[in-house]
Amino acid sequence: MAVKLPIYMDNQATTQLDPRVLEAMMPYLTTQFGNAASRSHSFGWTAEAAVDHARDQIASLLGGSGKELVFTSGATESINLALKGAAAFYKERGKHIITVQTEHKATLDACKRLEKDGYRVTYLPVEQDGRVMPKTVADAVVEDTILVSIMLANNEVGSVNPIAEIAEAVKRKKKDVLIHCDAVQGVGKIPFDVEKSRVDLASISAHKMYGPKGVGALWVRRKPRVRIEPIIDGGGHERGMRSGTLNVPGIVGFGKAAELCKAEMAEEGARQVRMRDRLLAEIQAQIPETYVNGSLEHRLPGNMNISFAFVEGEGLMMALKDVAVSSGSACTSASLEPSYVLRALGVGEELAHTSIRFGLGRFNTEEEVDYVVKLVVDKVTRLRELSPLWEMHQEGVDLKSIEWTAH
Amino acid sequence: MPYSDKVIDHYENPRNVGSLPKEDPNVGTGIVGAPACGDVMKLQLKITDEGIIEDAKFKTFGCGSAIASSSLVTEWVKGMSVDKAMELKNTAIVEELNLPPVKIHCSVLAEDAIKAAIADFKKKRAARAG
Repeated sequence: MAVKLPIYMDNQATTQLDPRVLEAMMPYLTTQFGNAASRSHSFGWTAEAAVDHARDQIASLLGGSGKELVFTSGATESINLALKGAAAFYKERGKHIITVQTEHKATLDACKRLEKDGYRVTYLPVEQDGRVMPKTVADAVVEDTILVSIMLANNEVGSVNPIAEIAEAVKRKKKDVLIHCDAVQGVGKIPFDVEKSRVDLASISAHKMYGPKGVGALWVRRKPRVRIEPIIDGGGHERGMRSGTLNVPGIVGFGKAAELCKAEMAEEGARQVRMRDRLLAEIQAQIPETYVNGSLEHRLPGNMNISFAFVEGEGLMMALKDVAVSSGSACTSASLEPSYVLRALGVGEELAHTSIRFGLGRFNTEEEVDYVVKLVVDKVTRLRELSPLWEMHQEGVDLKSIEWTAH
Repeated sequence: MPYSDKVIDHYENPRNVGSLPKEDPNVGTGIVGAPACGDVMKLQLKITDEGIIEDAKFKTFGCGSAIASSSLVTEWVKGMSVDKAMELKNTAIVEELNLPPVKIHCSVLAEDAIKAAIADFKKKRAARAG
């Protein structure tokens, strides 16, 4: 079967809206346009019922109750609300926050903002496989620690953190520390339950799980009750934690997306693992000097991140023009610094510049994987012929022995 | 970020890829950049005793714009005198390839590679004369 180009293999960036999700949303984009906060007529009641159904669908995937969900515009807002909201509410209790160096920018930049506001933030290192160990987190807890924010799975290297064990270790050390989990990449892909994991706050996003863009949620524990100060004030929607008219079609799509992820998780996860392992095995069999970034054991099913030594990542992406992937090289950014996530894993700068992330998803096929493997093998071979570093390596020159002219 | 047609052309059909014998007294080799920065260019120029560049070869580790910049300068310098080649400015590369601001460093690297190769050639000649 011929594959259709271009191939989308960047599913940690965003995912395609599932047609079944769109179908569920359509009535709320057309005839059922009511405001869920309108209490005086059937348009409002219909919208509110649809939102409540979506709450149940999401809670069924995430654990906890649908009443504990606060809908937002996306995970960046959820994370900001969780961190800034909890920090503000519990500032009398303490001013210390713990997070990890490989977190998403939404977390890191919210933490930087809090540092400017007088909070102290500890940015923990990760193991070589990209994970953070429970003891590392618990050891960082001090007398005035109020909040720990850790991601379920990393967006670049797919490493899955032991969230339940981290939460347990932290609470054993200090009972009232709140745990926020950025569950964006993991939820819907791997088993995760807010109750079993004993987290207090969890951020999720619809568009990472085949739902629409522009809608996310923050799960806020009710028993024992976790409080946050809102960052958006207004009509008091979402129990005052997030004002603003609810995005009813988006939320309906979010609910349907969650329902589908739950129903298909086991089978779909296994299928993606098979495709991922095939991609890696074929690439490693055909191209020497390739290195996997992140853990192979504790990894998102759809993520593979490989460094192709001596071939710059952006140059390689340009050659893979019919395949949408991403790179840890930062040739396009003004800083020229490669991925901070790869650097935190201890990947050298020169290898970080050669990394490609393959993000497999629900709509990828084995035929696409085979096509991509063939293309990658061809292009890496061609670009190595063009690479002075590959030439030196072939001649037995140790690249580390050379004094480079950094620019 | 979309690439210009000229960058794509040089990237897909790079001119003068390869190596010249490093030991040849008429060959100057310039290697600039660093793997940790994501760009390394190797430019080699074969220069006649009269100071005319008769051949140029390159190999580049880098993004499409870096590869295109080095490919372009190998085309430009062939047949040029050393003095003329020393006057080549990165801005001419930026203009020809329509490079966006974030890619200007690629053109700077190509200019540096020419200068480094010529410096290597001059060093060799001085050593020979001395």
